[in-house]
Amino acid sequence: MKRILALLVTLAMVFALAACNNDSSGNKDGDVETIKIGVVCPISGNSAIAGKYITHGVEVIENELGGKIEIKGKEYDIEFIYMDNEASEEKTTNVFQKLIEEEKVIAIVGPDMSKCALAAGPIAQNAKCPVVATFATNTAVTEVGDYIFRACFIDPFQGQMAAQYIWDSGYKTTAIMFNNADAYATGLTDAFKEVYTSLGGTVVAVEEYSGSDVKDYNVQLTKLAAADPECVFFPNLLGELGLQIQQARGVGITCPIVCGDSADTPEVGEVAGPAVKDVAYVSAFSAESTAPVAVEFVEKYTALHNGESPNSNAELAYEATQMVLYALQNADSLTRESVRNALANINGLELPSGAMTMGDDRNPIKGGVVMQYDADGVSHFVSSVNPS
Amino acid sequence: MKKLLKTFYPALLVVALYIAVTLLRSVGILNGYYIQVMMFAGINIMMTASLNLVNGFTGQFCIGHAGFMSLGAYGAAIVTTMLFKNVPAFAQIPVFLLGLFVGGCVAALIGALIGLPSLKLKGDYLAIVTLAFGEIVRAILRLIQPIGGARGMIGIPNYANLAWILFFMTLTLYLLRNLIYSPYGRAFIAIRDNEIAADAMGIDTTRYKITSFCIAAFIAGVAGGLYAHVLAFIQPDSFSFTKSSDFLVYLYAGGSGSLTGSILGAALLTVLPEILRFLTDWRLAVYAAILVIVMLYRSEGLCGGKELPFMRISRAALYEKPLFGGRKKDSAVSGKQ
Repeated sequence: MKRILALLVTLAMVFALAACNNDSSGNKDGDVETIKIGVVCPISGNSAIAGKYITHGVEVIENELGGKIEIKGKEYDIEFIYMDNEASEEKTTNVFQKLIEEEKVIAIVGPDMSKCALAAGPIAQNAKCPVVATFATNTAVTEVGDYIFRACFIDPFQGQMAAQYIWDSGYKTTAIMFNNADAYATGLTDAFKEVYTSLGGTVVAVEEYSGSDVKDYNVQLTKLAAADPECVFFPNLLGELGLQIQQARGVGITCPIVCGDSADTPEVGEVAGPAVKDVAYVSAFSAESTAPVAVEFVEKYTALHNGESPNSNAELAYEATQMVLYALQNADSLTRESVRNALANINGLELPSGAMTMGDDRNPIKGGVVMQYDADGVSHFVSSVNPS
Repeated sequence: MKKLLKTFYPALLVVALYIAVTLLRSVGILNGYYIQVMMFAGINIMMTASLNLVNGFTGQFCIGHAGFMSLGAYGAAIVTTMLFKNVPAFAQIPVFLLGLFVGGCVAALIGALIGLPSLKLKGDYLAIVTLAFGEIVRAILRLIQPIGGARGMIGIPNYANLAWILFFMTLTLYLLRNLIYSPYGRAFIAIRDNEIAADAMGIDTTRYKITSFCIAAFIAGVAGGLYAHVLAFIQPDSFSFTKSSDFLVYLYAGGSGSLTGSILGAALLTVLPEILRFLTDWRLAVYAAILVIVMLYRSEGLCGGKELPFMRISRAALYEKPLFGGRKKDSAVSGKQ
């Protein structure tokens, strides 16, 4: 009996495999009219929430297109193929192979994580298939090759945005405290200093500490307070920010505090308590943004997904897909190579986070938003920042 | 001649498989996706078979096998990416092999270090120690900046291909099979079946347990080296406890104490999630359900202590009487005595 069952299970598997093969070969035949775009995200596994937002973001566009896209006066069928990478590098490489070799997609949106993009990037590069990673912030991701793009800004770019915002707000002197053992913090600090001084501002004090284990920042903060800056900049990780904000207010730093996008989590408010009031941070996107494109996106998104509000994952997936569609519209022909060239030449594309231009290093040059916490630890949209 | 053929026909089968795959690839029936999945399946077979040596044949319980894999991956990647980078084409293969060897040695050495204190004791200490070991390796690798720290190591050359993986997989299975049917193997199995009895029979249990553990660690290290050179990118968090538990699942679903089971378990369970892709959201739920069904109907695993002919050496050829065959293990042992 057991043997028969085992045999049946095996047979079922073989048939399933055969069925898969038939499907893919059926797709391969003939239909040049269908444009396929792969979407790679963690639908299951421990990052499934991010995957849910990403699919929801892409679905906004899929729903709007209704399976058809008009390119240079000709109508094509368009299909989005969602692939689960379980947030694992290994699975991402499998999925990339499947999308490129079997589904013959013209471009891939995703993955959202740097580690997955780094592992699967070489596969797409070798096959010359354009990829727009959504939330992969590691600078090495686009250095894999000229077919790898990203939709998010890289870490140092946040330093530029923060500098721009602080300067535009009229603060002429700034003091910085940062974690010198962390690539995120050092990257933001270097970029900030460069842009801020070139705008005409003065960095009056820079204090360093090493590692996330530090819990007492009073020595550094007292020195910052003594420099009497008009504004302070904390480009540090979220586990450190809460205590830093609390202790900064404790040693009498009353001026505005600005942080990087790591402050974009409720935990900061929970640790810092009421001290978090008026702390500002730069971020990719806010659902409260007042820009018309952003308002339109948020309206469509909430309407499609029963009132759910989009987060950064959803918004970046939407933007990455918009970039691919824009490239399809502007490509010389519908080949991977032309789409890549069109992606590299994106100039002034209107996206929810602002006008976007593709930089030479395949990192987008685009705006972000500044958010500010209220006394309850809830952040609100303050303004949009566009790179100058 | 016939005897030679008999000894090597499993290896010939693998060569035939490789030729078949290459042919199918060249006519476009198999694409890069299938090759990729097969490479991971091969690596997983090596990992599962080596884990089987410790858990299935020696009766110990190692639950941090991914830790050895990470040591091997980093060891090999340091050799090929940092010590001998940009070598000319003719030197690539020696460098690659050296890397794999170094990776395996690092893993075996660390395996001996943590095996020595914990395997002297009887009981489940090894489980706790290996669990902690896996996490410690991960934490330490995260801190070492020259090899990328938590961000991982990038730019590892793509040296490993299907041929290499099949070669090392066959070599591993061949060595493990011969080991299990050697006096060492009989000692391992005696320890698994009853450690006190084995001790009383004059087997140096500590020595044999450490030997088995180190060999398994070495193979895991080589498999890790191959993994690094397939993926071209490694980071400490890839080798988390989840990865170790994957191998445990492959092992027990395939059947512990059976090399055929390790092959079947690792290969099927690597391929199954990919076959089930057409189910989209329900994919992992169905995968889990299939595992549960397998465990319900075959609690000893798919192969449960049985071997296919090519993974078995005829007992009759070695001794007058079979030492153990299938379920009649106990009577066979007493029969020998």
